Amino acid sequence: MTELSNDKPFVSHWLVKAHLVAGFVWFLTAISAGMLFAFQFHQAYPLAGLEFFSPGRVRMVHTQLVAYGFIANCFVAGLYWAVPRLTGVRVASERFLGRTILYVWNLLVLATVLMILAGHAQAVEWGETPVVLDPLFLLGLVLAVIQFGTPLFKCRDKSQYVSMWYFTGALAWTGLVYFMGNFFPQYWVPGTGGAALIGLYIHDLVGLFVTPLGWGLMYYFVPILLKKPVWSHALSLVGFWGLAFFYPLNGVHHFLYSPIPMYAQYGAVASTIAVEIVVTTVIVNFFATLRGRGDHLRHNLPIRWFYVGMIFYFITCLQCAFQVTLTFQKIIHFTDWVVGHSHLVMFGVFGFWIFGMIQYLWPRVTNNEWYSRRESEWSFWLMTTGIIIMFLALVMGGLVQGFLWSDLAPFERSITASIPFWMSRAVAGILIIGGAIIMAHNMWMTARGRKGVAGATAA
Amino acid sequence: MFENVRGAFLIGGLLFFALSVAVMGWLPSLMVAQVKVETVEEISQTVIPEFEELAERYPEQFQMHFGVPGPESFAEALRLGRDTYIAEACWHCHSQFVRPVSNEAQRYGPVSLAAEYQNELNYPPLFGTRRVGPDLSREAGVRSNDWHAAHFFDPPSVVPTSVMPAFPWFFDENKKPNKKGLAVITYVQWLGSWIDPTGQIRRPVEAAGGQ
Repeated sequence: MTELSNDKPFVSHWLVKAHLVAGFVWFLTAISAGMLFAFQFHQAYPLAGLEFFSPGRVRMVHTQLVAYGFIANCFVAGLYWAVPRLTGVRVASERFLGRTILYVWNLLVLATVLMILAGHAQAVEWGETPVVLDPLFLLGLVLAVIQFGTPLFKCRDKSQYVSMWYFTGALAWTGLVYFMGNFFPQYWVPGTGGAALIGLYIHDLVGLFVTPLGWGLMYYFVPILLKKPVWSHALSLVGFWGLAFFYPLNGVHHFLYSPIPMYAQYGAVASTIAVEIVVTTVIVNFFATLRGRGDHLRHNLPIRWFYVGMIFYFITCLQCAFQVTLTFQKIIHFTDWVVGHSHLVMFGVFGFWIFGMIQYLWPRVTNNEWYSRRESEWSFWLMTTGIIIMFLALVMGGLVQGFLWSDLAPFERSITASIPFWMSRAVAGILIIGGAIIMAHNMWMTARGRKGVAGATAA
Repeated sequence: MFENVRGAFLIGGLLFFALSVAVMGWLPSLMVAQVKVETVEEISQTVIPEFEELAERYPEQFQMHFGVPGPESFAEALRLGRDTYIAEACWHCHSQFVRPVSNEAQRYGPVSLAAEYQNELNYPPLFGTRRVGPDLSREAGVRSNDWHAAHFFDPPSVVPTSVMPAFPWFFDENKKPNKKGLAVITYVQWLGSWIDPTGQIRRPVEAAGGQ
């Protein structure tokens, strides 16, 4: 195993690289699935009539791959890099567990894709993983807890760095959330109770799996890149404990005005607004950290990805504080407004953080300088333009749909009125895919040790 | 405790999460717990007229796939119809609850009640979060079986501006609905069949004791 024994005693570069590659391949597949689905909105679906590529099934592949293929793999890569460095302890087992998690998890993701396309999806939003695979995914999550829990719990420092709280929280939550969302409504709790649990699941997957890992990695990478500590430890505490308390209570806000008891809906609205206040403290903390280092946004690409992601994060969270209210819900629920919101969160925030991480990690794990700074810039600007267009188009289109419905216009009117917005979304998708292909090319050439013309690389 | 891994694990990871599930999941399910969860066999005792009409409209296919219309074949069709509805992700573009706002009662019918979802066909419930197409929870009898068959075969043929995909695999080589086709039409025609012509939600209200 030569690739596992290198001069960095704490970290297996091979595992970081393997998970980044797997994550990026799933990312390309996921956005291709999304793009494919977008054609359906213009009755121009290229694979129409093929059962295996039915648009509804492809849509589920898109969302499943984003969560379990793209984000899970890339964040695990980040954990392999950061956890041993933070704790001073190696992960439980690089050779056995490391390889098992890598292969088993990605085989499961592949199986999910094939089985959804074959018509075996589960009726849980963002948990469409076929029911027969659910226990195996749960097992994979347990293995990840062992792998990263070992160094986290072995570290005996009396007070530990904020990233470690976030990682620990995410490790505890992810398996529990998966179990709650994929098993209880399927087997034990029907109807509105089950719907409430599905609401919790949809939101906890963002709030208790993706968000804490994302922020944990930000708390790790940003001070290193800016070469200064995070501005306020007190605000870090507020951020973590506010998230830990309020975020799990949010989920029912996905079903406002549904037959779920109103106390739960009011509670979800109140705790969602509380989360936005907590989020503001985290954003203040990070932007105060950036003070005096603003020039990094220009030349330090990872920092630029991270902070643009944080700006998007603040926008989504501010938007959420309004859209979650019952007043807004009357109009925007069930519309593309929410779709725009979720794309800005998953792609504009967590996707951007992952690209920043790739920008930082890829040269280090391949031992090469970036092939082309110019290609990195192109990826950044194409994707940034793309997600802004997509967000605005869907939010505006959502308002049009919502008001047409409430005005009792014929339903088809909301379809014809949406066409220009859906067209803009498709164009935005093309920009994003263009950025992704350029990034893939850049990564490929870097890994092969090629050096481009405009070679100067940052960070 | 608040600045280390153990605290994050015990208080944040376990305690706060358990609290959220208890308050936001377990308690809401307790509030409908007195409503009996009906099995498909109990539901299928009331065979909907649209199911019987399918047997007359497509006698050969119906005979081959479901035999004669009755509680047993109706139960089978409901189960398969729902599975098909899930496999094709219908519920990602068609919601299944009517809200008390945005004039939805005028557009679709009575506002949904919790008791309507207390049955075996709601493991898990198909509430949905997006309406690319209209809500379907009040769809029973609104349109004819023929309309649904034509619509599944080629949506723009009946709704020119529709962006719904076609489902040719719901049909046999003679363009008549096959087993999946008959089942999914049955399932959609069942949604809301418990509402009587005056707009009263009949069955679950009795079951819930006027919830």
